[in-house]
Parts: sequence; structure tokens; C-alpha cells
Amino acid sequence: MIRIQTEDFSLDAEYQALRNNQTSKTGAICTFTGLVRDFGDAESVEGICLEHYPGMTEKCLQHIIDRAKNRWQLNAVSVIHRVGELALGEQIVFVGVSSAHRKDAFEACEFIMDYLKSEATIWKKEKLKDKTFWVKAKQSDQQSLTKWGQGKGTNGE
Amino acid sequence: MNILYFASLRERLGLDQEHWPAPHPGTLRELLAALRERGEPWQSLLNDDTVLMAVNQEIASPDTAIDPEDEVAFFPPVTGG
Repeated sequence: MIRIQTEDFSLDAEYQALRNNQTSKTGAICTFTGLVRDFGDAESVEGICLEHYPGMTEKCLQHIIDRAKNRWQLNAVSVIHRVGELALGEQIVFVGVSSAHRKDAFEACEFIMDYLKSEATIWKKEKLKDKTFWVKAKQSDQQSLTKWGQGKGTNGE
Repeated sequence: MNILYFASLRERLGLDQEHWPAPHPGTLRELLAALRERGEPWQSLLNDDTVLMAVNQEIASPDTAIDPEDEVAFFPPVTGG
């Protein structure tokens, strides 16, 4: 399940949806939630604004999920990314993965989040008291992909 | 074809999309060169080395072939999550 939306999401509702999918085969659920914090490229961030490429973002995310499913044994995957104006402390992104085994759930959740940050067509603008600016892509986000190697399921397959 | 621009590129060009008359099939490299002929800010912003590009919502390279029915997009490196 992939959703790009302006409205907030309920961690409990998303978790329950994962629980209710292939219940008898699910032994582990791993979830990640990203939140708006008050520092990024700048100090004293007061909020963010997110823009995306409708259609392509969903395709990018589906491609990432397909690669994760190819690499680990997964039952269900949910990805939600919010767009528009978000205030400090608000939820930005949700990744939830269910599997028979915890290792698959942990690793796939991190893999999906790592690739979301480097491939999904979403852009973030930070809002300060008197100005706004577009966040720069981070070298560290690219480097975090190296731990996934060039094996099955990565771009290098 | 339709050309879409996103994020900082959209803001700095002051344009989110435009219709481009594509008289014959070509490549993204040729399209970028034609757009850069408009002068600044196009010339410096639509640099092959920094701008990312997509054709029909798939990541593409300057060598990717395009035709008049395609949806082309240019954008900066992504920063979601």
C-alpha cells in the first residue's frame, strides 16, 4: 500500500492494517515514522513544506517495495508520505513491514526508508522565521545505500 | 510534449510546466540544449551535471530518446523522508 497525502495518519490504524494482513503468517512487524524536527540544514526550523511529482513518486515507491520483496520474505508493506505544509513535531513519513521473521522486517524497513530518501521524487523546503529554503541532497544519504551492496534487490542487480 | 519542472528548479524558472513543440524525435540532451538557448536563468539551471530528468515518470539520462507524446520532467536531487 502506497499513499501520498496531505492529511495526517494514525500509527495505530496502519499497524492494525498490517496485523490484519496474512495474520497467521505474520510473526513480526517493524514500523518507522519520520517527524518534523527543529533543525535540518539550518537551526531554528519552524516547519517544512513538501512537494512531489504526482504519479512518479508512487512509481518510485512501488519499485523500491518490489526490490525489498525480492530480497526479503515480506507479507505486507505500507508506505505513507505526507506533502504540503507541516509544523514541528508532525508526522512526515511512515514505513511499515510485516514478515514471518523479525530480521526480514527490520532490514526491509530500513532498506525502504534509505531508498525512499534517495529515489522518491519528493522535495523538502525548510521554513525559518523570516525565510525559506530548499533542503540540499545529502551525501550521507547516498552513502547509507552502500550497506545494501550490489546484491539482489538493489539498483545494481 | 509536456515538460514539468519541480521544487527549486520550478521556483527559479518561474514555471511549473509548459508545452514544447517537438517537431521530430530526439534526445533529452538536444531538448536541454534548446531550452538553454533561452539564455539565463535557463542556461545555468539546466546543466546536464546537476539536473535530474525523467521521461514518462521514469528516471532518464541525457541520451534518452524522446518523442512528441512523452511527458518530460526536470528536477533537482530529491530530499524527501
